[in-house]
Amino acid sequence: MSTQLSLKSRLSSTVASLKPSGIRRFFDLAASMEGVISLGVGEPDFVTPWRMREASISSLERGHTAYTSNAGMLELRVEIQKYLEERFSVSYHPESEILVTVGASEAIDIALRAILDPGDEVLVVEPCYVSYEPVIRLAGGVPVFLKTTMENQFKLTPQELETHITPRTKAIIFCYPNNPTGGTMTADEWKTLLPIIEKHDLLVISDEIYAELTYGRMHDSIAALPGMKDRTILISGFSKAFAMTGWRLGYVCATPDLLAGMLKIHQYTMLCAPTMAQMAALEALRHGRSDMERMIESYRQRRNFVVDGFRQIGLSCHEPDGAFYAFPSIASTGLSSAEFAEKLLMEEKVAVVPGDVFGESGNGHIRCSYATSMEQLKKALDRMGNLMGKLS
Amino acid sequence: MDSKKQRELLHLLEEDSRMSAEQIGKMLAEPTEVIERAIATLEAEKVIVKYPALINWERVEDHPYVNAMIDVKVTPKRDVGFDEVAERICRFPEVKAVYLMSGASYDLSVVLEGKTMREVATFVSQKLATLDSVVSTATHFILKRYKHDGIELEDRDEDRRMVVTP
Repeated sequence: MSTQLSLKSRLSSTVASLKPSGIRRFFDLAASMEGVISLGVGEPDFVTPWRMREASISSLERGHTAYTSNAGMLELRVEIQKYLEERFSVSYHPESEILVTVGASEAIDIALRAILDPGDEVLVVEPCYVSYEPVIRLAGGVPVFLKTTMENQFKLTPQELETHITPRTKAIIFCYPNNPTGGTMTADEWKTLLPIIEKHDLLVISDEIYAELTYGRMHDSIAALPGMKDRTILISGFSKAFAMTGWRLGYVCATPDLLAGMLKIHQYTMLCAPTMAQMAALEALRHGRSDMERMIESYRQRRNFVVDGFRQIGLSCHEPDGAFYAFPSIASTGLSSAEFAEKLLMEEKVAVVPGDVFGESGNGHIRCSYATSMEQLKKALDRMGNLMGKLS
Repeated sequence: MDSKKQRELLHLLEEDSRMSAEQIGKMLAEPTEVIERAIATLEAEKVIVKYPALINWERVEDHPYVNAMIDVKVTPKRDVGFDEVAERICRFPEVKAVYLMSGASYDLSVVLEGKTMREVATFVSQKLATLDSVVSTATHFILKRYKHDGIELEDRDEDRRMVVTP
């Protein structure tokens, strides 16, 4: 008699029930083709500025290869505190309210695991980063989706928020500036949501990984608004602003009680973030501001170029105020997001990500990253124009 | 056009001078005509001096040129200081650049291009060193160029990203 177990029985039911990422499927398809122009990349096209790479190399030469404190190097946490206060007017105590993590992704995971009991509901503002739903489920929670639309510049409205709150709602999670839409929220727009958040005693998980990438105005953090620091878990990292995706370095800020909970999970699973990455991050915060500004200026110029380009070829597109994504509507073609993206890839060799992989309200859109060279953007727009010509 | 946008315009042209006014206009959210006018004004004011291409001559086969940097010590003249001799040196077509230096044991740095090392040597000994104000020269030949005008000539920072990422 065979003793081999079936795959299904060897995996937990939660993991077995998770859907594979829609992005993954598209990656496999695009990666198998030659000559593809990619607007499907969710990371800066800049290599990490040399000063950060050099700081990391230098730290290795000096033998900084040991563990750091579970919460991360104190001098890095002090720099994070200074940076957040100066840039976004939010202040966290470096010793008890800041934890350095292995990317913002780990921060999201431990934040959810620290606060959720089985069956707790988490409101998710969509279209959203592809990991939110599975990570909520892995933490035993139940995701409940709040829709945003292009007509409303992908902003969360009080009506949409209030409608979905139940006695089981524990928290709300969102990313502004938003991946995939590029939408942002102003302080005044946040203020319309605060009475509801307070009335229902919600915790807020604010993913601010794109906070530096705003165009025309500074990012407004919800944690900076009166009374919000105590109920907000602020998550950010170095990947997007400092072009440090592969370093896997992020951080989470919260009140001492919440942070202590997250630290427990972090110390038992990750122990600490990589030391050489922390050394590079220290350099980024101390001396990397001018590199960051140069990259932001470039993203803004490209944003202007691609949004104009989409409109010229007949795709309606809202002007994204942040991140490095445009999220044009392809509804006028009569195709679904997946059909359009597949056609674009197969016929014109341009890779974009179908909007519906970011949630149901992303259907009818495609995510186009403009974190790529102007030369590639020009070619991609020409090819997309060809497809639109064939479809009209 | 405000001065911030004007600086951005100059940076874009410095990066790629073949970029069209229309493209720049889209990038800076300005009408094409505004960009064209701004470029014309900057050209007239000699802010934009030239639209050169940066060539990596190391990659051009049989390029018959050698480059040298020459440290030149001079005796400054009353009223005109170093300017008169610097301007004379500038007029030689072989000379690519002339800088007045501080903190060095010499006064002028002269960048030279010649077909052969002999040609450079002849220029230095017969033309440069014989100028009245020139006290001494020290010639350094450039063996290899790694970075020029802010550009690393051997680009190791190529795009290594996957085709589609989260």
